[in-house]
Order: sequence, then structure tokens, then C-alpha cells
Amino acid sequence: MTIKYAFKKSLPVMAGYLVLGVGFGILLETKGYGIGWAFLMSLLIYAGSMQYVAIDLLAGGASFISAALMTVMVNARHLFYGVSMIERYKDTKPYKPYLIFGLTDETYSLVCSGDVPEGVDQNKFYFLLTMMNQCYWIIGSVAGAGIGTLLSFNTAGIDFSMTALFLVVFIDQWKENSNHRSALIGVGVSFLCLLLFGADQFLIPAMIGITATLLLFKRKIVKKEEEKEDE
Amino acid sequence: MNKIHSLALIMVITVVTMLLRFLPFAVFGGKRKTPSFITYLSNVLPYAIIGMLVIYCLRNVDIFSGSHGLPELLACIGVAVLHIWKKNTLLSIAAGTVFYMILIQFVF
Repeated sequence: MTIKYAFKKSLPVMAGYLVLGVGFGILLETKGYGIGWAFLMSLLIYAGSMQYVAIDLLAGGASFISAALMTVMVNARHLFYGVSMIERYKDTKPYKPYLIFGLTDETYSLVCSGDVPEGVDQNKFYFLLTMMNQCYWIIGSVAGAGIGTLLSFNTAGIDFSMTALFLVVFIDQWKENSNHRSALIGVGVSFLCLLLFGADQFLIPAMIGITATLLLFKRKIVKKEEEKEDE
Repeated sequence: MNKIHSLALIMVITVVTMLLRFLPFAVFGGKRKTPSFITYLSNVLPYAIIGMLVIYCLRNVDIFSGSHGLPELLACIGVAVLHIWKKNTLLSIAAGTVFYMILIQFVF
């Protein structure tokens, strides 16, 4: 019963993770990293956007500091997920460590989407859901890396899938949020830093600049959001 | 490609990602109240960072030489229009990528 319910709940994520996973695997393979690397990354890192970014970091031989900083920025939202899950995951032993490890955007949204029906073991449901989602992601990325080796056509330009992914997420976020200040700060500060520091050096100044600007405008942005909520 | 360095990078990314996921439970798992700037940052950072990542992906576009960034511009407009119209994430990404590949391989 619990297994069936978890599987049913995980179906929407299955489609997305398989396709995005395949995309990740193909891209990784075109940079010279095969099936083993795809498996390792999806098993250990298990964070979609970050893994896409990691392809660039690996291929470009990034420094540890910039990789760590990039991870903090791209995955900072997990702090928020964690904070909002403290109550729900309170009594989930022995699954708790894995539940926290596997708390991706999609798993978060599923776990948050209401209570389980009678007869379903809630903790086991959380665990199975988290594990099934990670399995889809691993299968997708490994399959993608495998497909990558078979591609005989010219793959030039396939990197654009990463640009398209982030652009799509950007549009979705833009539509769901009426306060566009933080999105504009992100684009504006990054663009400014790109002009000032150049393509190879702009990322770290941009991350520092974005955090500083957001904190500087904290009062204004929070006030604006409260006004929106009151309307 | 340096295998050792790549492996070490994967470890760094893994450890930092796990730290971010476990930290709230370790620090605020008791009764302690979350500092307001943490809640605030984790609320607004995702929006800013996705914007940064879009710029990051386009960082090597040179508008002064080669194809002047036209394929990137056209493909981005294509993705945006398709996504606002059809609202299908996977379709927008797949079609946008194929469109871009055609542009740089056959048109420009």
C-alpha cells in the first residue's frame, strides 16, 4: 500500500527527472566524462541545477574555492527547505539522514503537498518517495551518458540545454512571484560584474555583490512583499 | 581532463551540498529561532541566483565578433516565447536546444 502510494505520487517527478537526467548525462559525456562519472555525481551530489553547473566546473578545472562558493549560492535554497522541514521530519528515524540528504526541489514539493491517506506509513512513504526520485535521476543521467557515446551527429551547441533550463526556471519564477527585485538584482549585478571582470573572473564578485545588494535592500524587499500580501 | 582534480571537485560539491541540507536541522532542530537574515536570504537568493546562472551560461557570447550573439539571442527568445505559450518545461528546453544547434551548425 505504502509502496504503491509512493510510486503513484512520484510519477510526475519520474518524467522530469528522466529527461533532465538524460540531458545532464549527454552533456557530461560530450565533455569527456562517461557513465561512471554520471553515476557517481547523481549518487553523491544529487542536486540537479548544481550538477549541470558542475559539468562546467569539472571541464574547466575550477578551483576548490570557486566550486564551494558556487555550490553555496546555487544550493542556498536548501537552507530554506531544511528550515521549513524541521517539524515534518522530526520523528522520522531511522530514515531521517537520507530524507535530509535527498531533499531536492521536487521531493520537497511532493512531501509538502498534504497528508498521507489512512493505511499509509508516513515515514516509510517519505523514504520511498525520496529514494524513487533519486533512482529516476540516477537512471536518467547514466542513460544519458550512455546515449552520449552513441551520438554520431554533430553535437555542437548542445550546451545550450543548460541555458534553456535556467531560462525556463527564470521565467517560471518570474511569473509566480510578483516582486521581481531579487531576480533583477541577480541579472543586473551579474551583468555588471561580467563587464567589469570578464567571463573567467566575474562569478565570485557577482555572488558577493548579489548577497550584499540583497542584504542592503532587505527592508525594501521585505516591505514590498508584505504590501503585496496585504493586497 | 584531470581525474583526481575532478574527483576532488565532486567531493567538494557533495560536502557543501550536504552541509546546506543538514545545517538547518543541526542548528535549528531544537527550539532556537532562525535568524531573520537567513530566512530572508533563503527566500530571495533563489530568484537572484537563477538570473546569475542565465548570465553565467551566456558569459562567452561575443557581440562584437563572429555571429555577434545572434544565435543565442534568437534561441533565448524562442525558448521564452515557447515557454510562455506552451508552459511545458521539457518541451521548451528540448526545442530550444535543437533550434540553437540548427542555428549554429547550418545558419551562422
